[in-house]
Order: sequence, then structure tokens, then C-alpha cells
Amino acid sequence: MENSLSREDGRNARRELNRRRIAAFALVIPLLVFIFFAFVAPIATILYRSVYNPVVSDLIPETLAALDAAEWDRADVPPDDVLNVFSAELSLLAQERLSGRLAEEINRAIPGMSSVVRSTSRAVRRMEQDTLLSEGGQTLLDANDRWGDVAVWRALQDAGAPYTEDYYLTALDLQRAEDGGIEARDGARIYVTLYTKTLRIALIITILTLILGYPLAYFLANAPSKSANMLMVFVLLPFWTSLLVRTTAWIALLQTNGVVNSFLMSIGVINEPMEILYTQTATILAMTHILLPFMILPLYSVMKGIDPSYLRAAMSMGGRPIPAFVRIYLPMTLPGLSAGALLVFIISVGYYITPALVGGTDGQMISNIIAFHMRESNNWELAAALGSLLLAIILLLYWVYDRFVGAGNIKLG
Amino acid sequence: MPSEAEHAFLQFDQVKKSYDQKTLVVKGFDLDVDRGEFITLLGPSGSGKSTVLMMLAGFEGVTSGDIRVENKSITRTAPYKRNIGMVFQNYALFPHMTIAENLAYPLQVRKMAKPDVKDRVNEYLRLIEMPEFGGRYPGQLSGGQRQRVALARALIFEPSLILMDEPLGALDKKLREQMQYEITRLHEQLGFTVIYVTHDQTEALSMSSRIAVFNDGVVQQCAAPAELYERPKNAFVADFIGENNFIPGTVSAIDGAEAKVAIPGGEIIAVAGDGLVVGQKCVVSVRPEKLFIQPTSHAYDNEVTAAHVTHHYVGDFIRYYFRFADGTEINLKVLNDLAAPNFSAGQEGKLAWLKKDCIAFPA
Ligand SMILES: Nc1ncnc2c1ncn2[C@@H]1O[C@H](COP(=O)(O)OP(=O)(O)OP(=O)(O)O)[C@@H](O)[C@H]1O
Ligand SMILES: [Mg+2]
Repeated sequence: MENSLSREDGRNARRELNRRRIAAFALVIPLLVFIFFAFVAPIATILYRSVYNPVVSDLIPETLAALDAAEWDRADVPPDDVLNVFSAELSLLAQERLSGRLAEEINRAIPGMSSVVRSTSRAVRRMEQDTLLSEGGQTLLDANDRWGDVAVWRALQDAGAPYTEDYYLTALDLQRAEDGGIEARDGARIYVTLYTKTLRIALIITILTLILGYPLAYFLANAPSKSANMLMVFVLLPFWTSLLVRTTAWIALLQTNGVVNSFLMSIGVINEPMEILYTQTATILAMTHILLPFMILPLYSVMKGIDPSYLRAAMSMGGRPIPAFVRIYLPMTLPGLSAGALLVFIISVGYYITPALVGGTDGQMISNIIAFHMRESNNWELAAALGSLLLAIILLLYWVYDRFVGAGNIKLG
Repeated sequence: MPSEAEHAFLQFDQVKKSYDQKTLVVKGFDLDVDRGEFITLLGPSGSGKSTVLMMLAGFEGVTSGDIRVENKSITRTAPYKRNIGMVFQNYALFPHMTIAENLAYPLQVRKMAKPDVKDRVNEYLRLIEMPEFGGRYPGQLSGGQRQRVALARALIFEPSLILMDEPLGALDKKLREQMQYEITRLHEQLGFTVIYVTHDQTEALSMSSRIAVFNDGVVQQCAAPAELYERPKNAFVADFIGENNFIPGTVSAIDGAEAKVAIPGGEIIAVAGDGLVVGQKCVVSVRPEKLFIQPTSHAYDNEVTAAHVTHHYVGDFIRYYFRFADGTEINLKVLNDLAAPNFSAGQEGKLAWLKKDCIAFPA
């Protein structure tokens, strides 16, 4: 008999396959739609937002066009006609009460410029457009001599670019140099420090949950099913109580006259209460507790599937318990181990509420500063850039993990 | 059989085991095994076979009693120091290691030099006729191949004793027979001692030098296959090994090794089982293939009358069912040849057999 398919058979087989593919696809369409609107679209918006800032280019389009037309070399104050155009636009903005927006944007680049813009706009507000277009430049320089500073015009042009990488530079503690290159921003390296701290805290939490979770998962997986189920309830209990309640419980435990301090003082280990609450230690402690189930569950489900006869076989062949455990059992739990570690690490890198409540200033993580920029300093673009960098870091870590361990090794259940 | 003067290679001495501190799962297990023997533990499910094996391997503690290898007690020895090879029912091949790595493991933990390990692994791969498979992972092998690797892995460090707990349980019939042959071949070739656990009595009968029939935590009888089949020690063994008819009766006289028994179809003479007394109720066991329907050319000592119930056509033989006056049923196998008689339902027939083919056990 011929083993290969005839043309007719091949066509039928392909058609069959296509039908099955379409059916499978139809099943996941609702999920795909949901994911698109709830996940892909917001993330895309955030990414876009972090590089696109049209505020200034919308406010002073004529000035920016005039700068381009004059082929300004950024070395000196722009020619008079550009200054004239700007004064005319500023007057219009002042009349529409939009000069404040401009002041805010320029102030971000050069602190202190806000008042300059405001006072100048008051000066040009009542002047005729024609007058300004012919000699408004002089009015500007008269109103405030900072308009004679080339740095201000550079900042104006930079802020006028609708697409900008400035927010990423800020998020990495960098800035544009005078000559257009990139240099470290002077002052404290806030964001890079915060990123490293966040990664370090996440790593410590991952290691702690691993140390605490691995033996427990092993015990659970090998306990008789009756007691294992009981203990499993205790592991899952944290999932059933509100995150806020659990975090608040930690506050009650850790505060200066809280349970931990009172206990340690009463048994005489310490004389003065320790400052634990509102420190990094508090963040790590509370988050380890909260994330422990994410480590235990994947480990447990993998260990549950490992027959005890493997270790017995190793021992019957002369393997001592600990080397046999390391050589035989540990590699078999790797899928659960990496799933748990990855889960805990990624969740803790982006964690917000616990550090916000128990961390104080020392225990803040990157999410807290992102939230700060979104809700208080109203700098959504910087928040978006910080968030996108966080996403990039996580993707990078995942890639590294995939290179060295293999993503196929993850097993969640 | 181990001689009394010298100690046997492996000795179980009144070994008892309780898991729950209340009931004994194994109650006084006694067994002497000589070097090179192939001993099978055979018994119904839950009779404690695996438990005995686990105690021998060291994975379960011994509640009381002693296990000795070469007259040295190993009851308190850690499992990894016992030097006992074990084949598990689910093979327990390490899934993250190749076949060669699996085989090398016991040698590596014994700190054997690398080139020697390699040679030995290749030698054993050839021994199980799988020289090409060293680089594969257990997941890429068929059930029978995995079983062979598991066997080689248990043998490769040359332990004096190999334990196998239902090693062929997961295989289909054909493969099982092939593996039985394979195990027997390696056993003869290498001469190791085997303690083998199985449910399957044909497997036990064809492979073992001796079989220990296990029930209720004690050895009912430990003997060579033929003896077990022909001279079962009690009704349990007679029933458990092969097929048997049990006919209730009363002992009317005992003459040495023979007993005269009154049964519903007449009076017969049977071999007297242990502990039989005159006047006692008893059961007489007789195997279906030892019964003949009159007229027959075979010699016989006993003859009884029974009514034909039905017969089943099995192929190479026909199975006839008869019923005694008291309702006891009895069946026999007759070769499917020209001599096979025709019976109609209810028709009376005479059944005959030799007195040495039936045993009377106390009821
Ligand atoms: N770890 C254990 N804890 C408690 N009881 C056990 C344990 N292992 C076995 N038992 C009990 O001991 C008895 C003997 O079990 P064992 O596994 O030795 O039987 P087995 O003869 O191997 O049966 P099978 O042929 O089904 O494998 C059973 O009643 C079983 O329920
Ligand atoms: Mg068993």
C-alpha cells in the first residue's frame, strides 16, 4: 500500500484541520476581546503616553514652526521675528487663560520659569497682535531678562517636540546635556536607586518564601491526605481574608507598642521597643507572608505528583538521603520551584498596597512612586515611563530565565 | 532448602509489622532463603507482601523480629547501606536523566572511576539488549524497555539481593511473558538472589525456585511450585493455587497417611491433611483435571455418582459441571477429543479419580 496521502486525501485532511482550528479559535474569542480591552489596549496607551506629550506643541505651534523656519542653531537667542511670534502667541494664551499650562510645562524643565511665564503673559495680554508681531520680542526682554537666556529657548523647543524620550531619561536619572548628548542628572539618583531597591526587596522576598515554602510544601505533599487537607486550609486562609485586613494586622503586630515589641520586652530580649513598622523590614515581612501561598501552591502541586518511589529507588541504589534529595528530588521539583519563584518575584516587583501601608519612606517600592506621579504630582507621562521600564525589566528577567532554565519548565498545577 | 547446621543467606526471624500500633499486618514471618534462589511471595491483595519487601529494603521499620543477611542483622541498617537492588512497579526511572545516567547513578554514588562507569553501563545496556538507548530519556521508551532498564539499574551495582514488587504488573500479557523470560535468563546468567512479589500465579509458578504463599500476614506454605500445586498444605493454598473442587464430607477412618471420607456421592479414600481426626467434618480437594468420567481407561481408586448440570465448550477442552445429591457442585476438564462424552441435563454420571490426587483438610 502507498503510505503517502493522495491529493484528495491531503485536501480533506487540511480542511479537517482548518475546521478544528477555527472551532478552537472561536472558543477563545471572548477571552481575546477581553484581554485586548483590559490589558493590551491600556498597556499600549501607557507606552504611547510615556513618549507622546503634545501639550506644548498644541499651545505654541506658531513659535515652534518659526523656530524651524529660521533654522535656529540653538547656540544663541533666536532671531527677533521668532520672539515676536512667541509674544503674540503668549498673549493669545493669556487671553484664553492657558498660559498657566505653558508655565507648568516649562517649569518642569527649568525650575523657576513658572513665575517668569506668568508675569510676562500678564504684560503682553492686553497688547495688540499686530504690535506684538512687529516688536513683541523687545517687550518680552523688557518684561523679564530671562527671555534673553538661550537655555530657556532650548527648553521651549525641547518641550515642543510632541514625541520625546525625556521621561525615560528622567526615569533613569538622566538628562539631555547642553550639547544634545545624554548625561547623568545632578542630585540624588532617585529612580535607579528605587528600581534596584525594588528588585532587591523582591529577590529577598522570593528567597524567603522559598526557604519557608519548600519544606512546608514537601511536608504537605507527603503527609497523609487528611492532615494535608487540613494544613492546606491554613495555607489558603490568607487568600480568603482581605489583603487590607492582613496588612493592617501586621501594623498591629509591628508597631512600637505592638504585639512583637511587647512580647520581646516582656521576656527581656530587648529593653527598648524596636522600630520595625514603617521600615523596609516591615515591607519584607508582610509581603513574605502575603506571597507565601504563591510559592507553596505550585511547589505542592508538583511535589504531589512525584512518586515517593523515586527517592526510595535512589536510596536502594546507595544514595545517601541528602545527596539523593539534591540530585533526584530537587530537579524534579524545578518546574514548581521556578513557577513559584517567578510568580512571587513578579508580583512583589509591582506590589503597591503593603509597602504603602507598612513601609514608611524606607520601605517604598517603585509602584509607590508611580502612584505618586499619577495621583499627586500629576505627571502621568513620567508615571507611564516608569511603569513601562518596570515592564521592560520584568520581560528582560523572564527572557533571562527562559534562556537558562527554560519557560517550558514552569508548572503551575 | 537451607540446611539446619549452616545459616541461610537471608533469614526472616519472626518478623512482625504494625502500621497503626494496633493491628499486625505481618504476623510472625519466617523464611530462609539460600543464595541464588528465586523466591516469590504470592498472596491476595493486602496480605502484606509489599510490607515484607519494604522492611527488607529498609523503607519500613520492623516492629519486632529480625532480618539477617549472611547472619548479620540488618534490621537497624539504613536503606542506602543495605546493598539491596530494588525494581519498582512503576519503574522509578529518574525522568530528568538519560538511560545511561540512570544506570550510572548507583555507580557514581559508589565513587567508581569514570571510565569504569562508562564500561559497566555499556555492558549492562548490551545485557538488556538495548545498546543504542543510552542517550534517551525514560519518557522516550516503551513500557517493556523501561522495565528492562529498571532491572539493569537494580543489577548494575551487583547487589547480592534483588527485590521486585510486581515489576510486570503494568505490562500487557505478551510483554509480560517476554519479560518473565528475560528476568529468568538474567537470573540464570548472573546468579543473584531474588525476592519477587506478584499477584499472578502462573508467573509465580513458571519463574520461582520456591513460592511463599502469603495470607493474613503469615506464610501458609513455602515450597517449590510443583509441590505447592500437588501437595498443598491447607485448604487456602489448595484454593489459591490453581483451580480446585471442594467437597464437604466426614472422616470415617484414618489409616496412616490415608483417610476414609464419606461424601454425598459415596465413600472415598483421600490423602489425610495435617490435623485430621476421625469423626471430624472435612473438605476434600480435587483438581478438575484429575477427575474422569466413567467409562475411562485411566486407573482410579474413588468412584462417585453425580448429576450432570451443564457443560462449557472452552476450545482445547470441555468443562463439565456435576451436582451431588446435597447440592455441592463439582467441575472437571475433559480433553476435547472423540472420547468426550455427551450428557443431557440431569443425567447421572460416574466420576472417578486416584486417591493420591485428593486431599482431605479439616473443615
Ligand atoms: N503505609 C501504610 N500505612 C498504613 N497501613 C498500610 C501502609 N501500607 C500498607 N498498609 C496496610 O498493610 C496491609 C498490607 O499492605 P501491603 O501493601 O503489604 O499489601 P500487599 O500484599 O502488597 O497488597 P497488594 O498485592 O495489593 O500490593 C494492607 O492492609 C494495607 O492497608
Ligand atoms: Mg503490594
